[in-house]
Amino acid sequence: MTAALEVKGLTTRFETRAGHVTAVNGVSFAVQPGRILGLVGESGSGKSVTGFSILGLIDAPGQVTAGAVLVDGIDLRQLSDDDLRKMRGSKVAMVFQDPMMTLNPVLRVGDQMVMAVRVHRAMSKSQALDHARKALEIVGIPSPAERLRAYPHQLSGGMRQRVAIAMALLHSPSVIIADEATTALDVSIQGQILAEVRDLADTTGAAIVWITHDLAVVSSLADDICVMYAGRIVERGTADQVIGHPRHPYTQGLLDSIPALHEPGQKLPQIPGSTPQLSRLPQGCAFRPRCPRATDLCRTDPPLDIRDEQAVLCHHPLERK
Amino acid sequence: MTDPILKIDAVSKRFTRMPGLAERMIGKFTGGGKPVVVHALSDVSLQVMKGEVLGVVGESGCGKSTLGRVVAGIHAPSSGSVTLNGQPIADQRGGNIHKRTTQVQMIHQDPFASLNPRMKVGETLAEGPRHHDIIPARDVQARIRELLEQVGLEGAYADRLPHQFSGGQRQRVAIARALAMQPEVLVLDEAVASLDVSIQAQVLNLFMDLRRDLGLTAMFISHDLSVVRHVCDRVAIMYLGRLVELAPADRLYADPRHPYTRALFASVPTVGTGRGRFETIKGEIPSPIDPPSGCAFHPRCPFAGPRCLVQVPELGALGQGRTVACHLNDGGVELQKGAA
Repeated sequence: MTAALEVKGLTTRFETRAGHVTAVNGVSFAVQPGRILGLVGESGSGKSVTGFSILGLIDAPGQVTAGAVLVDGIDLRQLSDDDLRKMRGSKVAMVFQDPMMTLNPVLRVGDQMVMAVRVHRAMSKSQALDHARKALEIVGIPSPAERLRAYPHQLSGGMRQRVAIAMALLHSPSVIIADEATTALDVSIQGQILAEVRDLADTTGAAIVWITHDLAVVSSLADDICVMYAGRIVERGTADQVIGHPRHPYTQGLLDSIPALHEPGQKLPQIPGSTPQLSRLPQGCAFRPRCPRATDLCRTDPPLDIRDEQAVLCHHPLERK
Repeated sequence: MTDPILKIDAVSKRFTRMPGLAERMIGKFTGGGKPVVVHALSDVSLQVMKGEVLGVVGESGCGKSTLGRVVAGIHAPSSGSVTLNGQPIADQRGGNIHKRTTQVQMIHQDPFASLNPRMKVGETLAEGPRHHDIIPARDVQARIRELLEQVGLEGAYADRLPHQFSGGQRQRVAIARALAMQPEVLVLDEAVASLDVSIQAQVLNLFMDLRRDLGLTAMFISHDLSVVRHVCDRVAIMYLGRLVELAPADRLYADPRHPYTRALFASVPTVGTGRGRFETIKGEIPSPIDPPSGCAFHPRCPFAGPRCLVQVPELGALGQGRTVACHLNDGGVELQKGAA
């Protein structure tokens, strides 16, 4: 089976006053149809920039400087602007954290969905409206025909996010990239949407990249997980591998610092220090100054160590228990 | 840990929004244009014991932040009272706060917004104690250094500006600022919600250390159930402005009794292997402008009966320090374990 999305050596740099900053540094991964990949990291790890880079949405002073993004075998980076625009929304769609980034506040939901349909497909208005209604149904919006007549401000935050997801679905894309799509929502609403997303991947066969900082969300939603730190993927594997047997000390540290996994009131194991500034990355492994296993060897670039499909970028990976 | 230090007695808070000119004019024809009243808090009573950390949990619009602000004396309650050691926490004149106690200090969610970007952090820390004559002027500098060290920063950082700190460090400064007032009670409103996981653990550890060393009493407001479980002794669950369940943390997490609490616990994703299933609460969170009749949770509750539509359930004691506001519990009907 060919991957719906394959990212190879993606590198994105930003020009800043402090010089070049490499926000995404040689990121590679693949997502098969119907699978959900969780891209996890803390702020500044480059997870969102990776999402934007895949769709070619990086503006100056940023630039994708290397790598390939293959969607159904077509390299998006080789396409002309026009061809890329045809791919966006039809083959690859994105869902943002704030649904109001997707929705136009002065247009009815139905009108903007019809526009989104007709950009890529020749359809009559009524056909397009019908198509939009079906998309709203798929994401579990009650009485979709009425919602089509509503303005975005008449919907709750959870409903808006569902509409944004429905818009991403309009052209049955092969790949959907969701950037912190449930972060701003309440837990009960988040639960509803995560259930819909899982269902969506299973039934439509869309490959989904779920970008988040929340390990709990990816561990229950995703099939595969990539952990990012300072622009690089430091660990990659199936969800069970990464959550159950993390091999990178950073992944282990992240999991250890989750309160739910400890007796109440106990001191939480903490990762010392804070995430490094990309303009001042330490030499070699970026996690070295905070890592309990670091040695002098870590001043050199860490090798990629692969065992049973679980890849880790580390000189001293943890042994599987 | 037995005497209540903070008493919240039957507090209600309503926010009224007067319609604008255009709305009033349109209202003349349509019959609308009347003031919109949001019932942020309805008849909330709680006590916090000395040395206790009380968790307040709920989703958006449940009134948890309003409760924190009323306790800190930022908002005057529309009715009811808040007392600290028997004294009202604020002098109220009409609907406005005239003078408030310095004994309750608040720590806010966003340390980027809560610190003055143009003030050196030393100045920020000194401002309150200086204004209220809490420490003699000649001791202020030494005290600032001590406070910074207490929250795990270097004393020399007093001369820095907020932008020179990371998010976690800023939240430490915000904690130090609250401690500078030598408060009896701290109110933390989503104080770790905007921090990364690894930084969140650091700040939670700091909070637990300070609590132990200083014997702090605190109200810990959060939407994050696992964080609350970790640091709180007792937990209050709120829904649409009302307290629906109150229990010691260990008992609440082992056996939640209100259908909402149960559904909330079930819908939170947990870290673990194996693909999770999401138990979801059906429906949306209703608007506090027009809350449902009877029990506000009834449109989403799998157990709702005819009584729930008309009568607001009162908080009833269940023993073992637990109370719950649900008709199922006072009618002798046992919720089936595991169902929700």
